[in-house]
Amino acid sequence: MPNFRDTGHLFRFAGIFVAAVLIFLAIRGWLVPHTFGQYGHYRGAALTEIAAKPVHFAGHQTCETCHSDIAEKKTAGKHVSVNCEACHGPLASHADDPSIQPAKLNTAQLCGQCHEASAAKPKGFPQVETESHANGVACETCHQAHSPAIAAGGAQ
Amino acid sequence: MNITRRQMLILLPAAAVAWESILAGTPESSPNYNLSEHWWGMLIDIPKCIGCGNCVRACQAENDVPDGYFRTWIERYHVTDSNLANPEVISPDGGKHGFPVAKEDKGKYFFVPKMCNHCAESPCTQVCPVGATFISPDGVVLVDQKYCLGCAYCVQACPYGSRYIHPQKRVADKCTLCYHRITKGLTTACCEACPTGARQLVDLKNPNDPIHAFLKTHAVQVLKPQMATGAKAFYNELDGSVR
Repeated sequence: MPNFRDTGHLFRFAGIFVAAVLIFLAIRGWLVPHTFGQYGHYRGAALTEIAAKPVHFAGHQTCETCHSDIAEKKTAGKHVSVNCEACHGPLASHADDPSIQPAKLNTAQLCGQCHEASAAKPKGFPQVETESHANGVACETCHQAHSPAIAAGGAQ
Repeated sequence: MNITRRQMLILLPAAAVAWESILAGTPESSPNYNLSEHWWGMLIDIPKCIGCGNCVRACQAENDVPDGYFRTWIERYHVTDSNLANPEVISPDGGKHGFPVAKEDKGKYFFVPKMCNHCAESPCTQVCPVGATFISPDGVVLVDQKYCLGCAYCVQACPYGSRYIHPQKRVADKCTLCYHRITKGLTTACCEACPTGARQLVDLKNPNDPIHAFLKTHAVQVLKPQMATGAKAFYNELDGSVR
């Protein structure tokens, strides 16, 4: 083969090239996280990491496993579809360990968050001017939060 | 042990494959949750929203959102005859403590809860230079905070303003659609805390989800449809003045 004399240097060069590719692949394999590309152009393990974060709101199904009496009481009133933690706040800690007692709610302030009268609120939503209506008296003095009456007026 | 050259050539790749699977480890067990069976979104029913701020507070409590930053927030619109195209919009502290009482009954008021739209064609994931933000196979736009550089390209790319750079972690942060809850069969913290049912988590791949009937019978829109983001936050009775 007269066209291919003195091919030794080509093989040496090819050897260096192959070695460089192998080193590149090794470094890449070491640097790129193992689950990268599992589902797409991102680290697949991130999904399980995000899903493992702690839960703070236990969910009303969890509440109702113990407090079925309250759930029963709610079915009769207008607050039937208001979840427990909408008013009581996040209580997964109490659900995990019932000895942790949640703080008592201040109904004079809490109820107004939803029911304080404002022209901006939807017209059909029950609203009241708390200052002239109750003058600082806690709402639960007259109203039962778990089952406000459906009848006109709302008071028990 | 005598191994011929031919056997060696077969054994080497086999060993490599075995080593790969050892490195990968056993897949994380997530009982009863199959990524490919869900396609999550959110239904926001404007006429039901009373602007109480429960969702904003619940989100901050559930996800340790730093003060002054919001994964979800509420805007109050006030549209009058003279400002149909330029309504007055307020959102004091994201609506976290509710809204000032409106005495004047002129014009129209309504509340618009906002959050990440979990777009199917999200602009934010397309600009990430390192693959740190992505759409999960079940349709949730998430941030891999171990991989994020904090370059904030995604913060600029989001047309809905749903992202921010976390002030302590210095990486992008956003609504995860409570991914740690919905994968366990719970609803999101904002939906759990909403007293009027103005927010509802929806699973578009679940044929029994009430969203399918709702979409057929209601005037439902997404925000900024002209941007073709494939937004999955569905707004019922959204006013035309909302931007």
